[in-house]
Amino acid sequence: MSLDNSNNGMDVVYRKPETLTETPLHYCPGCGHGVVHRVLMEVVEEMNIQENTVGVAPVGCSVFAYHYMNVDMQEAAHGRATAVATGIKRVLPDKFVFTYQGDGDLAAIGTAETIHSINRGENILIIFINNGIYGMTGGQMAPTSLIGMKTSTSPYGRDEKLIGYPLKITDMITILPGAHYVTRQAAHTAGAVRKLKKAIQKSFEYQKEKKGTCFIEVVSNCPSGWSMTPVESNKWMEENMLPYYPLGDLKVPKAGTN
Amino acid sequence: MNQTLEIIKEARLMKGNEALAEAAIRAGMHAYFGYPITPQSEILEYFTREVPQRGGVVLQAESEVASINMIYGAAGAGARVMTSSSSPGISLMQEGLSYIASAQLPCLVVNVNRGGPGLGTIQPSQGDYFQSVKGGGHGDYHLIVLAPSSVQEMADFVFEGFALGEKYRNPVMILADGALGQMMEKVELPEEGSLEYPENSWATIGKPKTRERNIITSLFIKPEEMEQVNLELQRKYKKIEENEVRFEEINTEDADVLLVAYGLSARICQKVIELGREKGIKLGLLRPITLYPFPKDALASYTDKVNFYLVLEMNAGQMVEDVRLAVDGKKPVYHYGRMGGIIPTPEEVLKNVEELLEKQMVTNE
Repeated sequence: MSLDNSNNGMDVVYRKPETLTETPLHYCPGCGHGVVHRVLMEVVEEMNIQENTVGVAPVGCSVFAYHYMNVDMQEAAHGRATAVATGIKRVLPDKFVFTYQGDGDLAAIGTAETIHSINRGENILIIFINNGIYGMTGGQMAPTSLIGMKTSTSPYGRDEKLIGYPLKITDMITILPGAHYVTRQAAHTAGAVRKLKKAIQKSFEYQKEKKGTCFIEVVSNCPSGWSMTPVESNKWMEENMLPYYPLGDLKVPKAGTN
Repeated sequence: MNQTLEIIKEARLMKGNEALAEAAIRAGMHAYFGYPITPQSEILEYFTREVPQRGGVVLQAESEVASINMIYGAAGAGARVMTSSSSPGISLMQEGLSYIASAQLPCLVVNVNRGGPGLGTIQPSQGDYFQSVKGGGHGDYHLIVLAPSSVQEMADFVFEGFALGEKYRNPVMILADGALGQMMEKVELPEEGSLEYPENSWATIGKPKTRERNIITSLFIKPEEMEQVNLELQRKYKKIEENEVRFEEINTEDADVLLVAYGLSARICQKVIELGREKGIKLGLLRPITLYPFPKDALASYTDKVNFYLVLEMNAGQMVEDVRLAVDGKKPVYHYGRMGGIIPTPEEVLKNVEELLEKQMVTNE
């Protein structure tokens, strides 16, 4: 797209990156997925790595991520995205490989694949969208649902005595030597989006240097699954999700070392 | 060095599992992902020893579930890939195989069949016939299934398997068993680098500006699209059934009784034929080499010539169902099987043939 300033005397100050397709997003109004898709693809465009990027889509709301992201992509079985990414990266070690997964995919059915891929230090970027609910299947309890959270399969609220505690998988994987960079971000404010973008940039730079696994949790909302308006859901997220899943870096490579 | 000596040098005494692994390296395999399980762990061991020195990728995965999904990823990236396991591990791979079949990715999966169900035994079995040829995972799909019956074929079918998989963009299974994997025989290994790589412009290797993005998926949410994908698969399977049936006939010209067996059972049948013919019983053998596509026409061509068919399997009676469908009631089709890792002896099979012949004579009188 050219920055044609002559047209009507108006400047283009904001545009869709070429790395997103023309397909309209199917996500619910106010959902964080659209923002995260965009930021991820902005980085791919700005780093000029579209030709060298292969993505892996999960099962869940972002199952159709490949409809929107204009890069070569593979659709993985539920929970298997990091195993699929391992297969891709091992035969194409110089390409940029990322997975994009939700909480059910990454932290329930795919727990083994997640932990072992990171433990091997696979040179991939894992983007983990945590909204504490299974959105695609209609709002069931997720491994990351908060205590007391009402979902279609925890209608009386999540009871830790019955079903255990919300899984802080990001904290868990931080201790693995294969994890190079681990951070928890959000995408609900302009400031949060800027920080998220920086984290994605850093991750691809680390991947280029073959440093190990980069892992970005994005704490997100689910207006439909939480039965809230977008504004309410972001407020609820700040007040309830963020105290349990506080934002910030969990593991940062030490300067001058690996 | 003269030619004869070179051939002698290439003929080695090898275990089936090792011959298969060596053949895969010679076939230009790019990557192997696998998980240990008896009786096929020598394959992973061979690769972890050889591949780092000879080039390629070998990775011990955390499970068979991970292995098959690594295969999906690497195959989707255009690599020549292989995994191997034994029965319980192959069960764990069924989800991935269904996805691979639907996404139409070529790969080679080796099942060194052991006795089941459940954790079963580590001894040889043919109990996975149904799982191998009827789909195994969910949905309407087929693997191309090759059944070796010697260490030589354990090696040869790796080349055959990669070639067929790439020709049809379909997962291929080599269905062996614990005995074929473990036994040692003389084998002449195929020449390294003799298998060409196919065109794979569909692979996800990064999208140049000049083409649309490539997508590897098995998700077609609109029923109209999903039906079209199914129809495309069915057209492919029809083509495979028309062009890729392989079988072997031994002593069938004058046979009164047609033995039908694959793999290790076919080896046993050769001895049964020998013993039978010494007693004047004219036995022949039809050995399916491809279990899918199944040699149904070849089997049907004997309905006018033999008195009955006897299917020998190391299971409770699985392939016999497909033989019966092929024979279509025109002649009796019997089954003799042992289970749980027991290998039938030629003598007990011959005894069964004699009993059946006697029964038939009584019926005819």
